[in-house]
Amino acid sequence: MSDKVLMKGNEAIAEAAIIAGCRHYFGYPITPQTEIAAYMAKRMPKIGGCFLQAESEIAAINMVYGVASAGKRVMTSSSSPGISLKGEGLSYMAGADMPCLVVNVQRGGPGLGGIQPSQSDYFQATKAGGHGDFRMIVLAPASVQEMAELTVKGFELADKYRMTSMLLADGTMGQMMEPVALDLEVKPAPEKPWATNGTKMQRAHNITNSLSLVAEELEALNFARYEKYAEIEKNEVMYEEYMMDDAEICIAAFGIASRVSRNAIDEARRQGIKVGMIRPITLWPFPAAPFKAAADKVKSFISVELSMGQMIEDVRLATECKKPVTLCNRVGGMIPSPEQVLEAIIKANNGGAN
Amino acid sequence: MTTKYLFSGFGGQGILFSGKFVAYKGLTDDKQVSWLPSYGPEMRGGTASCGVIVSDEQVGSPIVAKPDVLIAMNLPSLDRYESAVAPGGMIFADSTLIERKVERDDVKVFYIPATALASENGFPTLANMIIVGKVLKETGNYDEASIDATLRKVISAKRADMLEVNKKAMALGAEY
Repeated sequence: MSDKVLMKGNEAIAEAAIIAGCRHYFGYPITPQTEIAAYMAKRMPKIGGCFLQAESEIAAINMVYGVASAGKRVMTSSSSPGISLKGEGLSYMAGADMPCLVVNVQRGGPGLGGIQPSQSDYFQATKAGGHGDFRMIVLAPASVQEMAELTVKGFELADKYRMTSMLLADGTMGQMMEPVALDLEVKPAPEKPWATNGTKMQRAHNITNSLSLVAEELEALNFARYEKYAEIEKNEVMYEEYMMDDAEICIAAFGIASRVSRNAIDEARRQGIKVGMIRPITLWPFPAAPFKAAADKVKSFISVELSMGQMIEDVRLATECKKPVTLCNRVGGMIPSPEQVLEAIIKANNGGAN
Repeated sequence: MTTKYLFSGFGGQGILFSGKFVAYKGLTDDKQVSWLPSYGPEMRGGTASCGVIVSDEQVGSPIVAKPDVLIAMNLPSLDRYESAVAPGGMIFADSTLIERKVERDDVKVFYIPATALASENGFPTLANMIIVGKVLKETGNYDEASIDATLRKVISAKRADMLEVNKKAMALGAEY
């Protein structure tokens, strides 16, 4: 085991990206993720990489598009309002099948909102990163170690499937320090014969744009892209179960909400209540199968969120509404307390669901 | 065994650093740890705080709402967090800057004139580490080898001169 160091989640993302071979970072400062940019500004020049503070989020995402076209590992990071600005670029890159990593360290919204932690960009990340039919692989870390590991994973999946991976964290995960081991395994980037990196007069031009004016051709591109998405849904789902073996109540929670829920579950178990948790690590593809299986065993589900009930829709879809799903939440930068989650568990255990 | 610490004071007192030291010391001692700062639109000289959890088990929520150990380095911090301390917990107050007494009678209280001690001993910026020394002592974590190993992790090689003086500050607090 390598030596562990204490690092902020944001710094762990930045260092892991460098370990993954990312040498191009473009961004625009915004709380609570600015440490990523600060770390990159310090490190990139020393290792022959490029750190560039763009004039806006829109500029930054289009610079990412450029480097992705050239076939290099590239990333940007922002927080909620900044990600909205990047929406156009995300859609264009999806249309051009460009791989990249985008980090969203979420804060309270809508609008400019606040700067405290939130998970209210779940819909945006998993369903509507921009216009058009497309998906992003969405990874939800719940520790600083996972911030690092899923950053590497994000680059690998992006390259494997030629699409955007989004790391969906929140202000707490970005700001907290935990021990992290940085002996990360990295798969080398695959060959990218589609990259616009010079023909050397030996091949036809590669074009990486998203314009397709012939409806039949655009339809075919969309169909092909969704075949790829089906592969991802089959192969890349990640989740973690906690105390689900004999659980009668199942909590659904990711990121910081899963950390809080863990405390509540431990306390409920001490009180003799059989409760467990399914923690999605990939939000898209959503781990529908384990939820569906759990629906045959448990009495009810509780979706613990820092949003007004967003992931709860995916839980209901996955469980085909076989069992009640209730919401336990705080929003606007507030975080549910373990006591609040425990109360929801006790209520569900008493048959008070819905 | 899980201990939740809340370090609080005003910006510039080394609040975040002292929390980081205690977290790193937990790491040195093979514990599970987390460190979470308050962040927000604070002004210079405004309040600063961080929560640290040191545990034998995996840390769940990193949020410290009911600290077992409160370190209050100014009056606003004591006013704000005194009532949050878990019954049976400990409060360490910098009595140079906090003139009032703790009102709770279900917690152990330690008054250390850390700011005055730091000035008198020629390291005016280390009031925080004087208190940390006392915290380690009273929580049964004062162990010179582990302190030395931890300081080497948190102090960069360029500032090696700070190693001994930090140790001196902590010893001063432990003996107070």
